Amino acid sequence: MSDESQASSRRKFLMRMGIAINVVAASLIAVPVIGYVAAALRKRSYQAWVSLGPMSSFPAGETRLATYRNPFTVPWDGRTADVACWVRNMGASRMQVFAVNCAHLGCPVRWFPESRLFMCPCHGGVYYEDGSRASGPPPRGLFEYEYEVRGDELWVRGGQMPTLANPV
Amino acid sequence: MAVLDWVDFRVKFRESFLPSIVHPIPKSTASWFYVFGSATLVCLILQLVTGICLALVYVPSAGEAWQSLEYLNYQQPLGWFLRAMHYWGSNFMVALMTIHLVQVFLFGAFKYPRELTWLVGCVLFILTLGMAFTGQVMRFDQDAYWGLGIGASMAARFPLIGQQVVQLMLGGPIIAGETLSRFFALHVFVIPGTLLAMVGLHLLLVIKVGINEWPMPGRLVTRERYVKEYHELVERDGEPFVPQGVTRDVVFAGIVMLAIVACAAFFGPKGPSGIPDPTLIETNPRPDFYFLPLFSAFALLPPYMETALILTAPVVLILAAFLLPFYSNTGEKSWKRRPGAWVLVVMVFLFLGVLGWLGTYSPWSPDMTAWSGAPVPEQLVQTSTPLELQGALVVQAKQCRNCHSIGGEGGLRGPALDDVATRLTRDQLIRQVLQGGGNMPAYGKNLSPAEVTAMVAFLGRLHPAGELPARDSSAPAQPARAADAGHARPGAG
Repeated sequence: MSDESQASSRRKFLMRMGIAINVVAASLIAVPVIGYVAAALRKRSYQAWVSLGPMSSFPAGETRLATYRNPFTVPWDGRTADVACWVRNMGASRMQVFAVNCAHLGCPVRWFPESRLFMCPCHGGVYYEDGSRASGPPPRGLFEYEYEVRGDELWVRGGQMPTLANPV
Repeated sequence: MAVLDWVDFRVKFRESFLPSIVHPIPKSTASWFYVFGSATLVCLILQLVTGICLALVYVPSAGEAWQSLEYLNYQQPLGWFLRAMHYWGSNFMVALMTIHLVQVFLFGAFKYPRELTWLVGCVLFILTLGMAFTGQVMRFDQDAYWGLGIGASMAARFPLIGQQVVQLMLGGPIIAGETLSRFFALHVFVIPGTLLAMVGLHLLLVIKVGINEWPMPGRLVTRERYVKEYHELVERDGEPFVPQGVTRDVVFAGIVMLAIVACAAFFGPKGPSGIPDPTLIETNPRPDFYFLPLFSAFALLPPYMETALILTAPVVLILAAFLLPFYSNTGEKSWKRRPGAWVLVVMVFLFLGVLGWLGTYSPWSPDMTAWSGAPVPEQLVQTSTPLELQGALVVQAKQCRNCHSIGGEGGLRGPALDDVATRLTRDQLIRQVLQGGGNMPAYGKNLSPAEVTAMVAFLGRLHPAGELPARDSSAPAQPARAADAGHARPGAG
């Protein structure tokens, strides 16, 4: 083998080795970067029981606004981690807890006790007092939390923004 | 001069860039129609400068962003002006970019050999709208918060991976700290970085392929001859890009900057509106003007096609834009011989204009305070019976006015009630109130029979004077009806 072709095959080998090292390094960098950016996906579900306060704040026959601190929070969330929901007490400890988010595109619905309707300010969705769809663009009724009465307190299973893909 | 020569000997600026700067362009492009691209670039540079200035003070933390915006407005010297410049700069940039797009489209500039220039331009358009949306999130107020909620609710409609897309977008389970940090990174690093690289490519293409000559009707583009013809044109009837070619661009750039300064000084910055506290639900979220057509479309689309359109419309629109130069690659460039291009532009602007205009007053949204804030016009109840007066009260108290206007006040969701009695008989009124329908909730469970009776008594007199109320045509006309008509709106008799 001549010197020249030997040098050329050595250079080729070196180049291939260089590419191989870079591929290994790139994947060692890319995997953690993707894992970091998509960290929110690693947890399957964000759900935990939180208290909405004493039952006495939800008189029978009424629908009242309640708030809780999202159980999954960082200190710099500020007020954004405070979540609101509508609590309907149907009497005899039978409750319904609705997310404030409209099932259409997530705007906050308002309760009107006089006409017993929820109305959405964005695209005009309207719901009855039991959360079922009354009119407007929503494809379904209001999202409803799972609840439990523990002693004198009302607890709900919350933690994530309710959407059509993941209703509470 | 010696210093410049010393630098240039090393940088080789004259050698590498001078030919591009003075390269000849067709004389016909020295026109006021060709200034919008450069004006968009001027806006981008202005946005970079004002954006960096804002980043010196703004805090991208969900807990503190709103306070830092208020600080910028009221305490940081000239903070309000920088915020206003950045806001108005973005509006001008979107507007000028759109005009540039329309000009390029009507002048056939996307045809051979400028397909790639058009493609990169489309990417720039999408990136700029991305800047607009993420910028709206930086103004972290109630509109931004609920705007993110709308974005997340749309993302959730992806089949199978909806929830994953939402969590990736929000950086967590709810709109909170990591959401703002995420959008901050997009707004100041990811999108601007891509944008600048793409602008570089766009400009390189403009210089290398050449500026589109003024299209002459009948001068057809062919793949065989175009490049040769263009070079002949430039040699025969060209002038250097700098200074002759850019004269109008320079003038217009100055005017645009003056206009932005004037708008900023005169109108000031936008917002922030209320503090982004999700427990404050007395809010009325509205997007910035460029997203108003989208906002309207979501209210007006029938629910069954909404998800399909959210998922497919962006893909179809982007694909159509990308494929345009390949579908219409050669042939006539002049707008005078391309009526279809005009029709398309007019249709698109009519469509966006009407939707945007509807979005400014959103007739589909209930007027949340009309029931308590807009009284029944006095002349409607002046000669009312006690039962009718009771009915007027029911109409007010049951939030009917949130969707139905009387005397020009109230919601626009349902029909105005001023002449409802000419359209519906008493029986029909009762049925409509109890069962709803036509996008009205059924009030059957929410009203007592007494309330319904009173309300229908009131509604039954709402017809213009001189116009008879509706009557059941299957029943023989009764004298009692005539007496009814006598109840017509007072003030006429």
